Amino acid sequence: MAIETLEEDSLTKKDFVTPNDVRWCPGCGDYAILNSLQRTLPELDIPKENFVVVSGIGCSSRFPYYMNTYGFHTIHGRAPTVATGVKVANPDLSVWMITGDGDGLSIGGNHLMHTLRRNVDINILLFNNRVYGLTKGQYSPTSPLGTRTKTTPAGSIDNPLNPILFALGAEATFIARTIDTNPKHMIKIFKAAQAHKGVSFVEIFQNCVIFNDKTWDPVYGRQNRDDNLLFLEAGEPMVYGKEEKKGIIWNGSQPEITPLGDSSPKDKHILVHSPENAGALYTAMLAEMTYPEFPTPVGVLRRVEKPTYDSQIHDQVEQAMSSEPANTSLQDLINGANTWTV
Amino acid sequence: MDTESAFAEEFIELKTVVIRFAGDSGDGMQTIGERFTDSSAAFGNDLATFPDFPAEIRAPAGTIPGVSAFQIQIGSTEVLTAGDVPDALVAMNPAALAVHLSDLEEGGMLIVNSAAFTPENLKMAEYTSNPLEDEAVTGKYELIQVDINHFTLESLADSELTKKDKLRCKNFFALGFVYWIYSRPIETTIDFIREKWSRRSPALADANIKVLKAGYYFGETTETSRNRYMVAKADVESGLYRKISGNEALVLGLIVGSKKANRKLLYSGYPITPASSILEMLASYKRLGVKTVQAEDEIAAIGIALGASFAGNLGITGTSGPGMCLKAEFIGLATAIELPLVILNIQRGGPSTGLPTKTEQSDLLQAVYGRHSDASIPVIAANSPSDCFETAIEAIRIALTYSTPIIVLSDLYLANGAEPWKIPSIDSFDAINVPYAEEGQPYRSFNRNKDTLARTQAIPGQKGLEHRVGGLEKDEEGSVSYDPSNHEEMTKLRADKIKLIAESLPPTKILGEDSGKVLVVGWGGTYGSITASVNSLQAEGFSVSSVHLRHLNPLPKDLKEIMQQFEKILVPELNMGQLNVLLRSQLLIDTIPFNKVQGQPFKVKELTKIIHDLLHD
Repeated sequence: MAIETLEEDSLTKKDFVTPNDVRWCPGCGDYAILNSLQRTLPELDIPKENFVVVSGIGCSSRFPYYMNTYGFHTIHGRAPTVATGVKVANPDLSVWMITGDGDGLSIGGNHLMHTLRRNVDINILLFNNRVYGLTKGQYSPTSPLGTRTKTTPAGSIDNPLNPILFALGAEATFIARTIDTNPKHMIKIFKAAQAHKGVSFVEIFQNCVIFNDKTWDPVYGRQNRDDNLLFLEAGEPMVYGKEEKKGIIWNGSQPEITPLGDSSPKDKHILVHSPENAGALYTAMLAEMTYPEFPTPVGVLRRVEKPTYDSQIHDQVEQAMSSEPANTSLQDLINGANTWTV
Repeated sequence: MDTESAFAEEFIELKTVVIRFAGDSGDGMQTIGERFTDSSAAFGNDLATFPDFPAEIRAPAGTIPGVSAFQIQIGSTEVLTAGDVPDALVAMNPAALAVHLSDLEEGGMLIVNSAAFTPENLKMAEYTSNPLEDEAVTGKYELIQVDINHFTLESLADSELTKKDKLRCKNFFALGFVYWIYSRPIETTIDFIREKWSRRSPALADANIKVLKAGYYFGETTETSRNRYMVAKADVESGLYRKISGNEALVLGLIVGSKKANRKLLYSGYPITPASSILEMLASYKRLGVKTVQAEDEIAAIGIALGASFAGNLGITGTSGPGMCLKAEFIGLATAIELPLVILNIQRGGPSTGLPTKTEQSDLLQAVYGRHSDASIPVIAANSPSDCFETAIEAIRIALTYSTPIIVLSDLYLANGAEPWKIPSIDSFDAINVPYAEEGQPYRSFNRNKDTLARTQAIPGQKGLEHRVGGLEKDEEGSVSYDPSNHEEMTKLRADKIKLIAESLPPTKILGEDSGKVLVVGWGGTYGSITASVNSLQAEGFSVSSVHLRHLNPLPKDLKEIMQQFEKILVPELNMGQLNVLLRSQLLIDTIPFNKVQGQPFKVKELTKIIHDLLHD
């Protein structure tokens, strides 16, 4: 279906702001994400009434109340199911699903997995702050081993889940990562997610100022980001580093960091990022490259073309409707094939 | 078995007859039961069926847990149940005999496949000696021993099929023989076999037809001295009829209801016995614009349906008892946000996996009360296989008119049972007009209709009506509100809205006089047994009436007054007394429970006895 072009005045950020007071803690990373999405939607050439924001439960899941669109704050972990229902009911809608590391990967892990593998054409933003915020500071499925919280006073012993590997395991067709401290990058990734036909999974490193403050600072803090973040661009070599330019090479069995010196990336055989129709091994390599062994990659990690679930449901229905005799009345339907008269 | 005068020279005419086919679950008993049903329906009998099969797909062949059965009652008069006990039992192996013989009354016809009574099979059926040589069996019943294996192979001597495949046709020999005894036409079955197998395996189709005929001719040639029976066409209301099962009727009702409401139907389910066939059937109706989703679990199934309702489709989900537990949290959300949603519960024996292939009506209180918080939602129930059709349409009417989730209770007995259905005219059902909010007007999402207290839905894609729904309490504007008095007000409004549904219900139908000694109050799948029992007692002049409830929440407004006109109220249920609790707590009227939890429907005889006892107390 074609998305209508706007005839009226263009939308602006303020069209997407609700009068409701935003009730996140001062300094929460969620504010920057909200602001970035409110700046993204007006630029998408989609009528405002066609946006639906669906969330689960958790701090991040209050998001729909602050977006002046159609919104649905559902129940814990189940947002992927409601978002699927909305999209299947009306594929013309642009559906944005907001979840967190607890909502999406713990209680809702099953639904997230199935929504990803079905390739429902929705945009999933997973705010990863590696802690339960709304219930006041218990560890989450992405908390590193040894994390001390109220429920893990001796340190957590659950092996954490890597959200990117999780999405890859379900063969998500679009996988990206961005950070709450970089609105420009967020907006770019959100636009790419909407442009992708199919499920788009975006992990956002997000700071919980109260219960897990500075959890991502080693990666994206002002002092560290140049050396610990790798901004991926399709077709560009994987180079980073403030003082000394470094790059990622493939050493035959795994990725490796190599100093660039005065050489060009090409001469050093620096890997060139190619997310388009990438095999799972390539994305897995990127997913496993994390701080402190590697710079943590952000950007679009994988983009694969596959038919979407919602469009296929509609295609099957439309095909059946057009190929069956149009004169099948409801009366014929309930009469069925075998009747007798008394 | 009601006997009338001789129908013709060689036939004894019966008003009704009950036949039970029993065999190993691999023997095709459901198949021949279905065929007997189709032939009898096409012939013009009234009928009711009761498939009774094990939970295991293929329990070890020949064992007692592997026995599968199909019972049918056909009649020339009104047939309301599949019959208490069989007049004729077909037992394809010793295990089937072991399970079902005790139900056969003295003098009943017993047809057995003698070839299956091998020492090995007898041992698996836990027989220490061959019951066919036991005088307690041979003397008590009209025993007909047929070496069905032998005759099946004989009739297929020319066939290229393997011996194993040939023997798989033996159920049709038994069917052919029963057709002969009950003088049924065999053409309907031949047509069925052709249609089903001709394309895939012409050899198999031919073989089954040959064996069916062989069974029929076996009767004609070797059993000439035997009595043959005839059940004449039923004297029923004139009109166009078809055979229908409960789940088929639900599916058709949902489709018709959604068309009457002009909403696109989206059904989302997760396979579970005995609800799976609803998802399967709806998936085959894409040509009518029906969308189906097989979800990853019960929770997703209802979440997808609710999301679809939010976006302007009619979201429907269906399951059985254990699945209802998983859906409970979402039903709470649907109650809070007041969106239309239809939830089907095809009940089975529980708790937990319980008796997954046996019937029970023990989810009533769960349906009415089974949620966190004060979260009243409407609950309605179907009372016969064909009644599932109207029940489905009524569910859609209530869900849309009152912007609410609604639970529809059916049960395994209704879902799998079949009966003839006088097909109603589509035009006899009113349109269900529930418009969306108007664009261009200010939208307050919890602004309510004065008459129904329903809120008006605005759907994504409607310009200018953007709003947020969610589990947090809202005020009338639709804004999140933690205000104490608002919460109390909204809780009351939600409850009042459900109570108001009672205003839209027609007067409760009473079977019999509107006052007297005993009133039987039932609901759901027990309708046939209760009605048959009350009919027979009324015919004998007893002061007994019955009321069968479709609406369980809210209860009909006139129910209390109706009940007060009777000395005693009997509440028979296939549970431990759940409607009984509802009636007592809501109406403050003393009631007498009568309960059975054996995974089997009520027998007319046991109901008649208990009512009789009450009348004479």
